[in-house]
Formats: sequence, C-alpha cells, structure tokens
Amino acid sequence: MTGGIWLLPALPLLGASVLLLGGRRTDRWGHLFACAMALASFAVGVVFFAQMLGRDTADRALSEDLFSWLPAAGLQVDFGLLLDQLSICFVLLITGVGSLIHIYSVGYMKDDVAKRRFFAYLNLFLAAMLLLVLADNYLGLYVGWEGVGLASYLLIGFWQFKPSAATAAKKAFVVNRVGDMGLVVAIMMMFATFGSINFSGVFAAADGASESAVTAIGLALLLAACGKSAQVPLQSWLGDAMEGPTPVSALIHAATMVTAGVYLIVRSNVIFDLAPGAQLAVVAVGAVTLLFGAIIGCAKDDIKKALAASTMSQIGYMVLAAGLGPAGYAFAIMHLLTHGFFKAGLFLGAGSVMHGMNDETDMRRYGGLRAFMPITFVTFGLGYLAILGIPPFSGYFSKDKIIEAAFGAGGTEGIVLGTAALLGAGITAFYMTRVMLLTFFGTPRWRGEHAERPEGTGAEPAERPDGTVAHPHESPGVMTWPMILIAIGSVTSGAILAFGGALQHWLEPVVGAQHPDLAVPVWVITVTTLVVVLAGVAVAYRQYAGQKIPEVAPAAVSPLTVAARKDLYGDAVNEAVFMRPGQHLTRWLGYFDGRGIDGAVSGLTAAIAGSSARIRRLQTGFVRTYALYMFAGAGAVAATMVLVGLR
Amino acid sequence: MNPENYLYLSALLFTIGAAGVLVRRNAIVVFMCIELMLNASNLAFVTFARMHQNLDGQVFAFFTMVVAAAEVVVGLAIIMTIFRTRRSASVDGANLLRY
Repeated sequence: MTGGIWLLPALPLLGASVLLLGGRRTDRWGHLFACAMALASFAVGVVFFAQMLGRDTADRALSEDLFSWLPAAGLQVDFGLLLDQLSICFVLLITGVGSLIHIYSVGYMKDDVAKRRFFAYLNLFLAAMLLLVLADNYLGLYVGWEGVGLASYLLIGFWQFKPSAATAAKKAFVVNRVGDMGLVVAIMMMFATFGSINFSGVFAAADGASESAVTAIGLALLLAACGKSAQVPLQSWLGDAMEGPTPVSALIHAATMVTAGVYLIVRSNVIFDLAPGAQLAVVAVGAVTLLFGAIIGCAKDDIKKALAASTMSQIGYMVLAAGLGPAGYAFAIMHLLTHGFFKAGLFLGAGSVMHGMNDETDMRRYGGLRAFMPITFVTFGLGYLAILGIPPFSGYFSKDKIIEAAFGAGGTEGIVLGTAALLGAGITAFYMTRVMLLTFFGTPRWRGEHAERPEGTGAEPAERPDGTVAHPHESPGVMTWPMILIAIGSVTSGAILAFGGALQHWLEPVVGAQHPDLAVPVWVITVTTLVVVLAGVAVAYRQYAGQKIPEVAPAAVSPLTVAARKDLYGDAVNEAVFMRPGQHLTRWLGYFDGRGIDGAVSGLTAAIAGSSARIRRLQTGFVRTYALYMFAGAGAVAATMVLVGLR
Repeated sequence: MNPENYLYLSALLFTIGAAGVLVRRNAIVVFMCIELMLNASNLAFVTFARMHQNLDGQVFAFFTMVVAAAEVVVGLAIIMTIFRTRRSASVDGANLLRY
C-alpha cells in the first residue's frame, strides 16, 4: 500500500459527514460509527507504520499528490500529503489516543441528548488534526489548523446553553485567531521570500535567504504556535476551555489542538535552525510558560483547571525543547507523545471522578475517593507518577531529557533554562500531589452515600448549590477500559520510545540530531531532578495530607496565590492592553462614523432641504407677483443687451 | 411727422399697460392692460416697418392681433369660470397654487 494516505483524514471526515448530514436517523448507531471510523483510521496508521518500519531510513517518507489546488501564475500549490517519520508519530498518537477517547465518550456522554453531534465534532476534530500533520505544504497545514480551531470551538461550546461555555468557546476562537494571523503572515512571507509554500520548496530555499527574513518568518510561526498551544502570551483560552465536556478536554490536551504548535515548530526546524533570534524567542516562551502554567496549577481548586494549567506547563517544556534546535526536537516530540498518554489518562480519570460525583469539579468537595473508584484511582495515579517523572514511568524519560537538553544549551542560557525546567518539575510535583491528595485521599468532603467521617472532623459538609447528593461509584467498563489502556501507555511509552534512543534515531532524517555537551555528568542532573520532584511532593504532602481542607478556598493567602487563582492576571492584562483600548477605538470610530461621515451626508441633505424650504416661499400664488418677476427679468435682459451692446 | 414720436407713444402705452397689470386687482382690468401692452408693441412694429421701409413689422402686427384674439377667447373663458366659482374677479383671490 503506497497510496491511500488520504484515507487517514478521510475516514473521520466521512464519519463527521455521515453523522452531521444523516440527522436523527443516525442517532442510534452514530456514536458507534464514529468510534469505528476513528479506529479504522488508527488501523490504517498502524499499517503505514509497519510498512515504514520495513523500509530503509532513506525511503521512509511517503508523499502523495492528490490534485492541483492553486494553479495561480506565481503560486503553484498542489494538495499533497506527506507521511514521514514525524507525521506518523502524530498520526498514531492522534488516532490511537483519539480512538480511546471516542470509546470513553460512549460511556461519558451516554445520557446527553446531543450525543450524535458530539461524536460528529470529535470525528471532525480528528480529521482536521490529521490533515494538519499530513499536509506537505503550509497552506494544507493551515486548512487543518483552522479546522482544528473550528472543531475546538464547537466542542468547547458544546453545552452552549451554558453562557460560560458559549463565552469560553468564543474566547478560545478569538485568541486562536490572533495566532492564526501569525501563520497567515508566515505563509505570505514564505511566498514572498522563497516563492514557494511547500515544505520541500521552503526548506530547500531557506539556506539562501537573509537571516532577518528567516527570523521574521520564525517569529510569525512562533506566534501561531503560541495561539494553538496556549503559550504565553496567548495562553488565556486554555483554562476557560474546560467548559467543554471532559473527553473534549482530554482530546484537546493530549492528542489534538495544543500539540499543533509544537508540531509546527518541529516541522519548520530548518527555518528555526537558521534563525537563532527566533529560537531564542521560542525557548523564552517555553521557559516562561512552563513556570506560568505550573504556578497557576498550584492555586486552582477545579480539578480540570488544575490539569489545564498543567498542560500549559508541559507544552511549555515541549516548546522549550523545540527551541533548543536539533538537540531538543526529538525530546519535544517524545514528551509530546508521553504527555499525550499521561495527560489523556489524567483527564479521563478526572472525567470519571466527575461522572461519579454529579459533575462536581471542585476538589475541595472530593476527598477519600480511592475506596469508591479503585480503577480510576490506579489509572490516575499512574498518570500522576508519569507526569512527575518518577522512573521508570514515561514522563521520566522525556522530561529528564528536556531538562538535560536545557542545561546543555550552554552558558548563561543553559543555566537559566535548565533552572527554569528544574523548578517547573518541582512545582509540577507539588500541584499534582495536591490534586491527588485532595481527590483520592483524606476524609470525604462531600454529602451523600458512604460519606462516613471520623469523629471530630468538623461539621457535615454544606449542601451543593443544586441540592444533589453524591454517591461516588466506579465508572462503567466502556470508560474504564480506555483509561486502563492509556495508563499502560503512560507507564510504558517513555521506556519504549527512549530505549536505545529509538525515537531520536527514528526522527533524525527529519529533524537532525545533536548531543548536548553537559558540564556535569548526566546522573547528576537526573538525581537533582528527582530530589527537586520529591521535595515538591514532600511540601504538598506536608501541607495537604492529614490536614483539614477548608470547604471554601481561604481568602487570607499570599499575593502569589491570589495572582495564581486569577491565572496570573492573564485576563486582566488582555483586558487592560487589548480589550479596553479596543473598545475605546471602536467607540471613537463609531463616534467618527456617526458624527463625521453620517454627519456630512445628513448635513448636506439638511442644508438642501432647508434652503429649498426657504426658496419655495417665492411661489406666493399671487399672479401679480409673478408678473413683476417677469417684468423685472425682461427688464434685466433688455438692460444687459443694451449694456453689452447687443443690438 | 417724425416717426420716432410713435415709438415714444408706444413706450408710454406699454408702460401704462405694464403698470396696470402690476397694480390692478380686477382680472378684467388686468386683461385690458395686457391688450394695451400688445397694442403698444403693435404700434412699435408698424412704426419700425415704416422707418425701415419693409413689411416685416406690418406682418408681425397681424400675427400679434391673431394671437391676441385667441388669447382673449381663452382668457375671458378662464376669468368667467373663476368668477362663477368664487363670485369675484380679483386676481389676488385666486392664489391656491402656491408653496
């Protein structure tokens, strides 16, 4: 099978079309059809992967020209697909984890009235993301990029009857548009500089271009990546995106959407390698975001928002690695893949907890759930160990390598980046331990069945605002099996990918490779990282284990906590810098339009109407007045003729 | 006799006619003043024909008389109709057609 790459995005697209166009007729079997399409796409991906393994390194990349897309004079774009070592990693992650999330959603969305629509959007999401990673030119990538944006909008706002969900969807879409403009500008600059927007054409011509042009393109691409991957300064949409159903959060955070920015940077590695300035911006964004997200994660009481902040932070690691050049690309992808597993596992676990707790998301109302949800507890726990980077779980292999690569950047930059990454690992350990302890350990802080509390632990918890009581229970098999499979992935994927540098060698033809020179032996960094992580765990344990957890977040806290609860003032900055001046600008423009332009037009008409109203007073209706005018006129004509000598 | 005197008479008659049109209210009188102006111009035509020794002015005077006769027919009919409806022949009374 050499052709047929198009099947990968086409199958989920078919699923989405059938479900959306088929209407209510597909209600009964639509969700199963969507799962089948996702699994079929995964099967095709596995077949391609197996074939790719069988070929020599040099001919592993497959490309397929489907049709001539834009045959304009200077711009020839063919709609082509490219399946190389980098794309196949994404294809397997997207379709594999995506399929598991589809299956999980069958259980999670069982009672939702609009289940069919939900599955149609999920399939659309997969199709758009697959198109994004398979396109062999930037324009095709852009189509997938926008498709992902659309699908995320539809899914975040899936419960659009909730105003908060509708607002969150709009916010995600608008913030993403800012990044999309970066991609548009980058594509235009590529065409102006290189005369081509195919990957092959751009990368071949990039060597000859001036550094300033390449840097400008790199910065525009970075802006695009910031939007899609929720990096500072375009990070604000990610926390609100938690308004969507939990499987959507898992899909956005693990398999699709936020990984697109990392893909874009790694795919454009040729451009970034030639532009040290742009690379520096990339590592700066990555380092800032990984700390930014981690700090926010420490203060969130909403389990999904804590995990969302954690995604921001982990993507920050990937962007940081991608900015380090050939030394980091492979580790960025490795962390992306392992993160795809453990973050999907964490989100599915969070969804399972919510499923058992009447959609309660406030961790202050959880507690002691490990007894009631053993499978969720174990799978979530494995994801927790993986994100912490405890050996031999997957996060250890990818995150440690990124910290090593950061230190390996050399000089002051290496020390700053390495310290940031190391600190981020410690904070990650703190907030993830907090999530674990608040959710699964301690005394029950909810009202309902099984909430037997030891003597002397205070009063009965307050009722929930909607008056329901929780009866925590394990989720059905259709939800737990995907969680178990993903948990297995979180445990093993790191070791498999890192074994003998497997992923590094696999990606070398696409992204190159380079071994960092470290000033200290590798084991020193590994041990230091582990010590920092364990310190983070210990601090969280001391603060939350065995302590009484207030039901309402305490108000008397440090300024840093206050800031972190408000997403480090991300929204406030956006409001002050963009929203309010924008409002002023539009108000002023409205005023100018109303008073200036409309004023000129209506002023002219008013002047004409007013003067004609006065002039018509001449029509008195008195015949003798008219006769006087006629005599006066005739007299004037005669006098003129005499004066100018017309005889 | 110097024919220029006829021109002076013509100008005098025309001025009397014009003044009558402007100052009198009675439609019949206004009408008669218009006739006076027409005949003043007829006189001027005939005088100029005499002065220039050709017949153009004479012919024009006939045309004027024909037009004046036709005008009298139409004008008197209008005045009669207005008088019947309004019981007045004042030209200032019929001022409905205005702004």
